[in-house]
Amino acid sequence: MSLEVALRHRLAGLALDVAFDAPAGVTSLFGRSGAGKTTVINAVAGLFRPDHARIVAGGEVLADSDAGIWLPPHRRRVGYVFQEGRLFPHLDVRRNLDYGRRASGAPQDAAGFDRVVGMLGIGGLLDRRPARLSGGEKQRVAIGRALLMQPRLLLLDEPLAALDEPRKAEILPFLERIRDEASVPILHVSHSAAEVARLATTVVMIDAGRVIASGPASVVLSDPSLAPTGVRAVGAVLSARVVAHHDDGLSEIDAGGVPLMLPRVAQAPGTALRIRIAAHDVILSREVPVGLSALNTLAGTIEAIHTGEGPGAIVSVATPAGHLLARLTRRSVTRLGLAPGQRCHAILKSVAIAPEDVGTGPA
Amino acid sequence: MGWLGPEEWQAVALSLRVSLVATLVSLPLGVFVAHALARWRFPGHALLNGLVHLPLILPPVVTGYLLLLTFGAQGPMGRVLEALGMSIAFRWTGAALAAGIMAFPLMVRAIRLSIEAVDPRLEEAAATLGAPRARVFATVTLPLILPGVLAGAVLAFAKAMGEFGATITFVSNIPGQTQTLPSAVYAFLQVPGREDSAIRLVLVSVAIAMAALVLSELLARRMARRVAGG
Repeated sequence: MSLEVALRHRLAGLALDVAFDAPAGVTSLFGRSGAGKTTVINAVAGLFRPDHARIVAGGEVLADSDAGIWLPPHRRRVGYVFQEGRLFPHLDVRRNLDYGRRASGAPQDAAGFDRVVGMLGIGGLLDRRPARLSGGEKQRVAIGRALLMQPRLLLLDEPLAALDEPRKAEILPFLERIRDEASVPILHVSHSAAEVARLATTVVMIDAGRVIASGPASVVLSDPSLAPTGVRAVGAVLSARVVAHHDDGLSEIDAGGVPLMLPRVAQAPGTALRIRIAAHDVILSREVPVGLSALNTLAGTIEAIHTGEGPGAIVSVATPAGHLLARLTRRSVTRLGLAPGQRCHAILKSVAIAPEDVGTGPA
Repeated sequence: MGWLGPEEWQAVALSLRVSLVATLVSLPLGVFVAHALARWRFPGHALLNGLVHLPLILPPVVTGYLLLLTFGAQGPMGRVLEALGMSIAFRWTGAALAAGIMAFPLMVRAIRLSIEAVDPRLEEAAATLGAPRARVFATVTLPLILPGVLAGAVLAFAKAMGEFGATITFVSNIPGQTQTLPSAVYAFLQVPGREDSAIRLVLVSVAIAMAALVLSELLARRMARRVAGG
């Protein structure tokens, strides 16, 4: 099941012209606020009708301007999780969850209902009205409501943007489970690099209404030419597996054969992890570093150096564990004489890797 | 009713019937028009808005005369209804029509305000969940605007109870037929020695109006709480 999107539209101040394919898994539309991401997702849902559109989901044509096809939202079977939840205030949680099934006239499926309720941990909230739910609870119910309509495609529009950090950390694992357990493909919109790094299988970068890059998350996120040098949130994503939990509070993981030490992670040994390594947490050295407190050193080769207007530079390093991005000053790049093709060592402090940077699933 | 004389009671009962029928019959149309004005953009939007509000601005006697021209025995609609055996001129049904038209702007305004207070993004959410327009209206919009609909209905009822100018112009002032409460007050004031009857009807009138206003306020508050999910 895949999704094919091609849109053109002239808005005041923004000419939208995007085309991309979304394979199975999570496809993240990633870009600044105002880049046109939500407009794209609204067109897929049928809530916004662009001048020209062709949208095909799993072989079914949802929109094709050339053929005069424009399915209304209620006939698209596309589950939509909005930024602000949009739960129906006059219905309790159970009836909110059940809304899609009733609207489509599908028979009751108690097992399916219980499975989704269990997965999202909202069994204790079923008789409450939305006004008596916390922000995180509301968002979990909104996710459940979209899943229970048996969508062919799930849309997530900045699903965490309205939440504070602890609530974000509460929701992310649920989204990872949906990505890894439910077979429904997900189109996700975000301007948060950390969120995209946790969730995306495929990344489509959008800027000023245009696709500037798209491809597998591990490739797009570690391309220094796409990483805005002024943004602190830049970071590459590594695939790893939990090896063991040590007595001193560290967990040992294996990333492409390289052992790394992290602060204790919650997952059991054997679990696949995806770890976001923020570019500003990586130090580069040309020599084998000695006498350092940092526990993790990865030998690698410099692939590219991207410098922007400011004092910063982003260096991408190919290591056996995967691509890393390091954010340095241009002065350091000059002083060390860094250039593509050179061998170097990337140094990473274990404690720099925050729990919210560690997700489950393959990168 | 010992306190009210038979003529007075007749006027009160007729007014209650006229107002109830006027309110109930016009309510679905009021919800529809309010929804159209609040949510849809179409050619003639301003014209419809003006037409709905016209009875609020026009002298009631003008509205009554226009009704007489249209629905009277010689009027175009009057002939159609006459042919169907449903003439309303000089009948209580005519009084209900006049009352309904005069109360319509108040009803539509109250309902329109409550529709505009409903977040259209909730309706969008319902559509993405597979609900066609009519179902979205029945399961999301309508439950959320119920307080406004009830408040609008009660307000329209109170206004219909007090309608005088258009009614007396359109269907005259026939005791037992078209003599509503305000028409009866007017008639009693024309007859020397019937001031006490007029005063009693005035008291009834004040009581009904106050009760309607309090009821509408209570309903609105209660429903607002329920809808907010408190």
